[in-house]
Amino acid sequence: MTQHEDFPDTHHEMTHNTFFGFWIYLMTDFILFATLFASYAVLRDATFGGPGGKELFNLPAVLLETLILSTSGFTCGLATLAIPVDNKKKVIAWYAVTFLLGLWFFLQVCTEFGHLIQDGNTWQKSAFLSAYFTLVGTHALHILLGLVFIVVFLIQVTRRGLIPVTKRRLTCLSMFWFFSYVVWIFMYAIVYLMGVT
Amino acid sequence: MFGRLTLNAFKHDLIEASVGVSILLALIAIVFLLTYYKRWRWLWYDWLTSVDHKKIAQMYLIVSAAMLFKGVVDAGMMRAQQLLSVGESFGYLSTPHYQQLFTAHGTTMIFFVAMGVISAMINYLVPLQIGARDVAFPFLNSLSFWLFASGNALLIASLMVGNFSGTGWVSYPPLSNLEYSPGVGVDYWIWSVQISGAGTLLTGINFLVTILKMRCPGMTLMRMPMFVWASLVTLVLVVFAFPILTATAGMLTLDRTIGTHFFTSGFGGNPMMYVNLIWAWGHPEVYILILPAFGIYSEIVPVFSQKKLFGYVSMVWAIVAIAFLAFLVWLHHFFTMGAGPNVNAFFGFMTMLISVPTGVKIFNWLFTMFRGRIVFTTPMLWFLCFVVVFTIGGMDGVLMSVAPVDFQVHNSLFLIAHFHSVIIGGVLFGFFCGFTYWFPKIYGFKLNEKWGEYAVFCWFFGFLFAFIPLYVLGLMGATRRLDHYDASTGWFPLFAIAAFGFLVICAGIGFQVLQLYISFKERAQNRDTTGDPWNGRTLEWSTASPPPLYNFAVIPEVHDRDGFWAMKHSKTHKEKPKYEDIHMPKNTGQGFNIGVLSFFFGFAVIWYIWWLALLSIIGIFACLFYRLFDRHTETYVSVEEVERIEAQRGKV
Repeated sequence: MTQHEDFPDTHHEMTHNTFFGFWIYLMTDFILFATLFASYAVLRDATFGGPGGKELFNLPAVLLETLILSTSGFTCGLATLAIPVDNKKKVIAWYAVTFLLGLWFFLQVCTEFGHLIQDGNTWQKSAFLSAYFTLVGTHALHILLGLVFIVVFLIQVTRRGLIPVTKRRLTCLSMFWFFSYVVWIFMYAIVYLMGVT
Repeated sequence: MFGRLTLNAFKHDLIEASVGVSILLALIAIVFLLTYYKRWRWLWYDWLTSVDHKKIAQMYLIVSAAMLFKGVVDAGMMRAQQLLSVGESFGYLSTPHYQQLFTAHGTTMIFFVAMGVISAMINYLVPLQIGARDVAFPFLNSLSFWLFASGNALLIASLMVGNFSGTGWVSYPPLSNLEYSPGVGVDYWIWSVQISGAGTLLTGINFLVTILKMRCPGMTLMRMPMFVWASLVTLVLVVFAFPILTATAGMLTLDRTIGTHFFTSGFGGNPMMYVNLIWAWGHPEVYILILPAFGIYSEIVPVFSQKKLFGYVSMVWAIVAIAFLAFLVWLHHFFTMGAGPNVNAFFGFMTMLISVPTGVKIFNWLFTMFRGRIVFTTPMLWFLCFVVVFTIGGMDGVLMSVAPVDFQVHNSLFLIAHFHSVIIGGVLFGFFCGFTYWFPKIYGFKLNEKWGEYAVFCWFFGFLFAFIPLYVLGLMGATRRLDHYDASTGWFPLFAIAAFGFLVICAGIGFQVLQLYISFKERAQNRDTTGDPWNGRTLEWSTASPPPLYNFAVIPEVHDRDGFWAMKHSKTHKEKPKYEDIHMPKNTGQGFNIGVLSFFFGFAVIWYIWWLALLSIIGIFACLFYRLFDRHTETYVSVEEVERIEAQRGKV
């Protein structure tokens, strides 16, 4: 057997397969979220005498979170546009901005959770709060995971440049980021907006 | 330091301890043998780190065989208890131990035996049947297997450290809540299912891409072999259903570990939501098991009837219809929930509807046999037994789709007999059928026919003896999970017949072991040098047995449904092929490492050893990053190497 560094003949196929596979993975993740959304819908009014969404949700803070995440989706899109034209500087810069915005969003959610817990409204208080914390928490975990992978892939881009492997990974990362953003839109509408009415 | 894990966890009664000790002895024996024969390097480099789908398939087979042995022992212990525990006598098992046995039996047989053999079959056959050299994501495939193996290992660990769940194989709350099951049993169940389920989900994604993107030139969707079609639809079901399991088991975990109230009976929790969610996964899961078996039968019947498959297109649509309906029947598992007559009628009707495409398949196989020149080989005998047993099981399934009837037999042994008829008769017979048929492809020699026939005979009649009495017992009112009954019920003779049936099945398993041994001993006479011992119709028979690392020296091109059959009967394919360098994935140990670390993660969470859980998570990510930063993941098989391997083909 011989060693080769590059396999030009297989890259195209590999890239296609990865995108398609990653898409399917995202769809499975959607179903996971759908299950959590369904559970939330069932348990929405099961406050067990405790406070519900109307009393707990701070809509201006949530709007801020939504705006932060929307902006990060936009910057992530700008980074994605720079990938096929091999603009390494732009890719790194826009992903760095995306990272900062994502981190801000994550910290905002943590603060929101912190306030709830401080007031004694933990996930142990009622089924409604269990479902709320799990749903929003799962989304926050996705954002955290996205942040970790932004760092990892940016390190790879700085070390290895925009080669097919890193381009492929960055594109998957963008899909993941947009996916998390889309899930948040549902969260904003179903959990928060419908929660306060 | 060690959370809930104290010395008490290692204390067991005599029977439990003897199981634990024998597992330990077996492990020590394996370690000793590997060291004695200096096989550690071989084990690591050739097997554990392999990303070759053919080797991964064989590892699935080995794990499933071990788990089948365990599941059968569980079954035997339950049969013995029900035989002995009548009236004044209370048998030899304590009630908690008996509860663990039926839970472990169900969990083992569904998650680790049935899913294991299905994964093995899909792994081995799909790339070969679509004319591909490998799967879409070879590393992911290795990772899937090791997650599956790690789930298995957790279940086995529960035999030695602590105990297993006693709540039944789907762990209904509120019984499975911390309040009513305070020990580690349910946590063992959750994590063994959760980790192996993650593996299954990754397999689903991987093979879905493989089938849709990596078929050889000329193989349109409607030219795919039926097994590939069955796998494709199965994988769609996996991709849709398993995230529900992940989420549901995740919520149960949160209920048990951090005190949320999804499924508790207080604080607004809703236990019936769990039952709905688990069956929203669980019913598609049933079809995830049976569809690949249908695919196997669809491959075997044409070959041994020496005719092409009757009604290919209707077979495809039947599978698709079954998969669609699979998501619309989950409520028939709990008509007794009290959802009301309209809801129950809808789900009952959908359930009846599913028997239509299933019937289409049965009749298509029979029509394939009609006027064919049938060769009664062992695989064909398995198929014929399947038709009888599965039809019995299917018919009484339709009976139970009538909600008022179901109210009578809900949770009775009638139900137990029903799903054993379809799972043993369908999935297990299908696997045995396929295993016998593809054995020469995997190992290069045929299995002994005579001992195989004895095994079929014992399994078939053993099954009838073991489960027909259960139908009667169910109608007489015997419930599932019963470890003691009154003598005046008059059930004893029927339980005795069932126990006798179990012994006959054991004889069948004995014959299978003997068959493997004798076939191995006489392998020189039964060697398959052609690569096509059965006069097969699909592409896997066009390559050598066992296939080389790269499956096909030249990627085949098909022009017809039975691609290889057409090739054999046209004169054009004889010219000397021109070889090229073949690029293949390199072996990697990261799949194995992540599997081991996820075992530790599961174990740590079960016992509340939080530092270990954190370390394992960090370790898993470290392995993942190592893999992402690895630049040398692929390699070439040179033309000379391919020529050398191909020149040896057919020579012993």
